[in-house]
Amino acid sequence: MGRRIVVIGGGECGTRAALALRACGFDGPISVVDSDPFAPYERPPLSKAALGDATAGPPGGGVLGSLRSASIEFVYGRIEAIDRRAGRVLFEGRREMSYDRLLIATGARASSLSVPGGEHALRLRTWQDVLRLRDQLQPGMTAVVIGGGFLGLEIAACAALRGCSVTVLEQAFHVLERLVPASIASVVAARHRRERVDIRCGARVAAVRRAGRRFAVEVHDSDAFVADVVIAAVGARPNTDLAGAAGLRTEAGIVVDSRFATSDGAIFAAGDCCSFPLPFADCARLRLESWRNAVDQGDAAALALLGASRPYTAVPWFWSDQYDLTLQIAGVPSLGAREVLRVREDGVEIRFDLASDGRLVSASAIGEGDSVAKDIRLAVLAIGRGSCPSSVDLADPARPLRAVLLNDGAHARRNDEAQRIRR
Amino acid sequence: MSASTWIAVCAVDDVEFEDVVPFDHAGGDYALYRAPDGSFYATEGHCTHERARLCDGLVMGSIIECPRHNGRFDYRTGEAKGAPAIIDLRTYRTRVDDGTVYVFID
Repeated sequence: MGRRIVVIGGGECGTRAALALRACGFDGPISVVDSDPFAPYERPPLSKAALGDATAGPPGGGVLGSLRSASIEFVYGRIEAIDRRAGRVLFEGRREMSYDRLLIATGARASSLSVPGGEHALRLRTWQDVLRLRDQLQPGMTAVVIGGGFLGLEIAACAALRGCSVTVLEQAFHVLERLVPASIASVVAARHRRERVDIRCGARVAAVRRAGRRFAVEVHDSDAFVADVVIAAVGARPNTDLAGAAGLRTEAGIVVDSRFATSDGAIFAAGDCCSFPLPFADCARLRLESWRNAVDQGDAAALALLGASRPYTAVPWFWSDQYDLTLQIAGVPSLGAREVLRVREDGVEIRFDLASDGRLVSASAIGEGDSVAKDIRLAVLAIGRGSCPSSVDLADPARPLRAVLLNDGAHARRNDEAQRIRR
Repeated sequence: MSASTWIAVCAVDDVEFEDVVPFDHAGGDYALYRAPDGSFYATEGHCTHERARLCDGLVMGSIIECPRHNGRFDYRTGEAKGAPAIIDLRTYRTRVDDGTVYVFID
């Protein structure tokens, strides 16, 4: 066990790992380092409530207090290099810090819009970005959001609710392409259209030009869109520079094994920045960007830092809020060979994806508030267990989902016998 | 504020085993649980972390898991079982009389 643990990155993954180290009984010094002056804060609300509410402060203000009461040092500073031979990190301005074990949780950064004039487009990743966007997205303004993925659509929803006139430009044929089934994407698109958000699919941006005090977004084979504010939500890139410069293996992320160890046994990486093998997906390498993933991997990396040998098996789980709707995805939809639809009594569709061997590999749904949360959570448990549910039962809303997914005969029996129970 | 009182919430069979339902009373919202052994428990209706409705969460044994961030509580005692659930849930006494579940709201 290392005597001093340094965590690079004060996002969800890094802070979670630090707290988990303490919870697991590690009593040596822990330092979490971040260069963001507002860190630590929670990132999911940045494209939701925090963007919509003009007065809200950085979300998750309690994190720093939790770290302090766990005697975890939070250091503001930019690390410029990892000196693996000496076991130390070097800060901007000659400061350094030694480590016995290092966790890289540097996350990802928003990709830039790679067209002429792309620098005119604002991005959303940090609290500072939120402040800038809130300042710009005033009622009556015209906003163009480039990118119809989760982030772009959440920004569009916030902008529409703030009274902006919003257009979303998506280059694919429908929004959320490759991210959710078309049936769910169409529910999301319809909801946006009800809020008068203009969604243009098949729109490839060619350039962004200044047009007086406004901007013109030029689109191939189309007229230009003029806007007061242009926002690019065109994906994120993992922050692998430090790891790469230190000679650690990187591909589409910092390469780690099933215990989050990098190619250097004293250095671990977790969260948005790492590429990891997923057991239930035949150990295919994945890099995920989600809150849940950051939390799960932060917890698991803490155990690994302390020498635990259990491989990581958490099932990916993701949600996105759009107005009053929440969509949730469990597992990896692309692993599915066959889909089964379950239409609930309230009209909500739950889509299940089964692999060719019958195993459940994904479930996704959209509904008001948290109305799909329970069903998707059951699916997470079932995917983790390698369940092979009957597709006939899955499609039958009269069959309790818990029993169908977890094959929990005892649960079903108990409810059948419920009439006899009196206390 | 309403006086402390036993209120009739629902029939015993309205709640499945190992499940949770919401109920309102005098402007407050609550969650009523049925444990795997058939006994009933009640807590405040929202997670103490970020106000998600607990009735949308999954009951597993004696645990209710918040639908938003998977904060976990023992619904029998209200005990928060770890981050992000730090603050315990308020709990309320329950009793069953002639097939009806009552909760004592104080």
